[in-house]
Amino acid sequence: MAATDSTAQTVKELERYKYGFETNIETELAPKGLNEDIIRFISAKKEEPEWLLEWRLKAYRQWLTMTEPTWANVHYPTIDFQDAHYYAAPRQKVAPKSLEEVDPELLRTYEKLGIPLREQEALAGVAVDAVFDSVSVATTYKKRLEEMGVIFCAISEAVKKYPDLVRRYLGSVVPPGDNFYACLNSAVFTDGSFVYVPKGLRCPMELSTYFRINEKNTGQFERTLIVCDDGAYVSYLEGCTAPQRDENQLHAAVVELVALDDAEIKYSTVQNWYPGDAKGKGGIYNFVTKRAACRGRNSKVMWTQVETGSAVTWKYPSCILQGENSVGEFYSVAITNNRQQADTGTKMIHIGKNTRSKIISKGISAGYSDQTYRGLVRIQPGADGARNFTQCDSLLIGDQCGAHTVPYIETKNPTARTEHEATASRISEDQLFYCLQRGLNPEDAVGLIVNGFCKEVLQTLPMEFAVEAQKLVAISLEGSVG
Amino acid sequence: MALIEIRNLHASVEGKDILKGVDLVIEPGKVHALMGPNGTGKSTLSNIIAGRDGYTITEGDILLNGQSLLEMEPQDRALAGIFLSFQYPVEIPGVATSTFLKAAINARRKAAGDGEIDAMEFLKLVKAKAKELGVRDDMLKRPVNVGFSGGEKKRAEVLQMALLNPRFAILDETDSGLDIDALKVVADGVNALRSPDRSFLVITHYQRLLSYIVPDVVHVFAGGRIVRTGGPELAQELEAKGYADYTGAAA
Repeated sequence: MAATDSTAQTVKELERYKYGFETNIETELAPKGLNEDIIRFISAKKEEPEWLLEWRLKAYRQWLTMTEPTWANVHYPTIDFQDAHYYAAPRQKVAPKSLEEVDPELLRTYEKLGIPLREQEALAGVAVDAVFDSVSVATTYKKRLEEMGVIFCAISEAVKKYPDLVRRYLGSVVPPGDNFYACLNSAVFTDGSFVYVPKGLRCPMELSTYFRINEKNTGQFERTLIVCDDGAYVSYLEGCTAPQRDENQLHAAVVELVALDDAEIKYSTVQNWYPGDAKGKGGIYNFVTKRAACRGRNSKVMWTQVETGSAVTWKYPSCILQGENSVGEFYSVAITNNRQQADTGTKMIHIGKNTRSKIISKGISAGYSDQTYRGLVRIQPGADGARNFTQCDSLLIGDQCGAHTVPYIETKNPTARTEHEATASRISEDQLFYCLQRGLNPEDAVGLIVNGFCKEVLQTLPMEFAVEAQKLVAISLEGSVG
Repeated sequence: MALIEIRNLHASVEGKDILKGVDLVIEPGKVHALMGPNGTGKSTLSNIIAGRDGYTITEGDILLNGQSLLEMEPQDRALAGIFLSFQYPVEIPGVATSTFLKAAINARRKAAGDGEIDAMEFLKLVKAKAKELGVRDDMLKRPVNVGFSGGEKKRAEVLQMALLNPRFAILDETDSGLDIDALKVVADGVNALRSPDRSFLVITHYQRLLSYIVPDVVHVFAGGRIVRTGGPELAQELEAKGYADYTGAAA
């Protein structure tokens, strides 16, 4: 069953909360600003063990010595990190009370995507999702997963229940001092997901944040850790196709994946945060660090991302190919329209022998947007027989947008083979007229042509996501042709 | 009433006059052939009827069932029943031919206020039509026109026409790039679509195609307008004598 359907069905069974939310909402807000006391406050609120507090504080002290990266091809006003709340529980008080209070533009998009009404409310952050929270889908799935030995819970819960696992792997792929935003995240992260798949188990269902809607509003510093033990497999879906209402402007998440011997992790993201308006006002800054360690022999990690949202995106899901014969794959569709900016790509670090990587990147720029593919393929001296294939295709719509490709290839082993192919093209007048002559309107025509352009990537998505993602591709480009 | 009526049509591209007073009336159910030397504006005329951008209409009108098309967008003309079989069908990488056909059918259903076509119904319909036209199933899965041979491209055009049921179809040099066998298949496909309420404008340089698609009326097009009109025998005459008599009119 599609995730959306199952959620909607569960919601139907729930009784509507009669009295609204004002009476019983607890709003707890840490004072603005960031210092050691705030971090102690967060840690205390989450009843964390001492080691984690120390870990946070150490990250914070290191963060103070770091400066924001400026090498990316994105431009935005300086962020005042002291002008933000780093802890708010359980949610912001400005939530709309009904769909009537939600931006009609947003609702039109939901309608086009075919999102069920109750789910629209949840996505738009309508207050009734306080009731929606007690979704039983989550618990049913959780129970089944537990029986199989799969751990799938909030990371704060994992810290308490499975401290050894968390302690062993947290920060082992993205160390706290890795980069400015990852370091900030390490100091102040509030929640996120933890997944552990035990030896030899192929997790039979897609794990999705849909199943944990109650824990979705995890704020701007999300932390995700997924560990796949020997011979295990998991497919994880992040995000959703509908634009999510969000008051946080800065998102600095960290995702760490660990694949041991013969393990395989498939991580799919559809990112559709608020991109700002047509003039570039508002929108999310999405500064995310995602990295996978293929530690075991024959391990495999596959990243698929469909990035259509956010005002500014800075994101490079990467693979460290340490285990012999390990495989890293990166499939990306990035769409920017209006004034959006995206600097995204991947890093494939080949350490082990006969490691292989594949990069397929499809960038679509429209309006006044600017987009950069930035990728690194590094072959270390010990990576005998390593191979990489990279394909970067850019599609431009209109004549005011930009597309840039910045590939770095560093080979320190003569037996390695790397291939890089890149193309840049436009939607031709001929293609457009051909579609119109068959009766398609210009928006459907562009949607169709662009979906064809991204097909290789979209078909790597799990089924229930792929259909919505295709619609999303078309919707993201609305208004890009005259 | 005439299905299509073109009245004194003048059009230019980037300031250069291409059409210089085209008059053409096509009754329902009739097949008209438009013949003439290359570079005299035949393709321009078909593009203008279909509503392609980039042309300036300086005078005249085009009517479908008495309604002017000039203010209509290309997609609205298509939905009103105008179909253009392209001389050079366009490639759309990554889009399966069947997906494209479905989108085109659904565009019509949407305009008619109907819901999207059922997946099974669609498959049945397409497969039946494809079989009639000798279009193999695997071609339906391949991206639109990508890697198609000349014959496959033209067959795919006729398949689209058969599925979209136009009122008025323009075949722009459908015979170019076809060997005799492919030509027969395409002609049979077109002939099967002839009906009392559907009309065709067959644009061609050679008489060859007209042996298979026998027209009711033949026009000679030169110098941006129709210079002579006759019956099927006119095509035979042109085949024998060439266009030498008319190239003067183009100058």
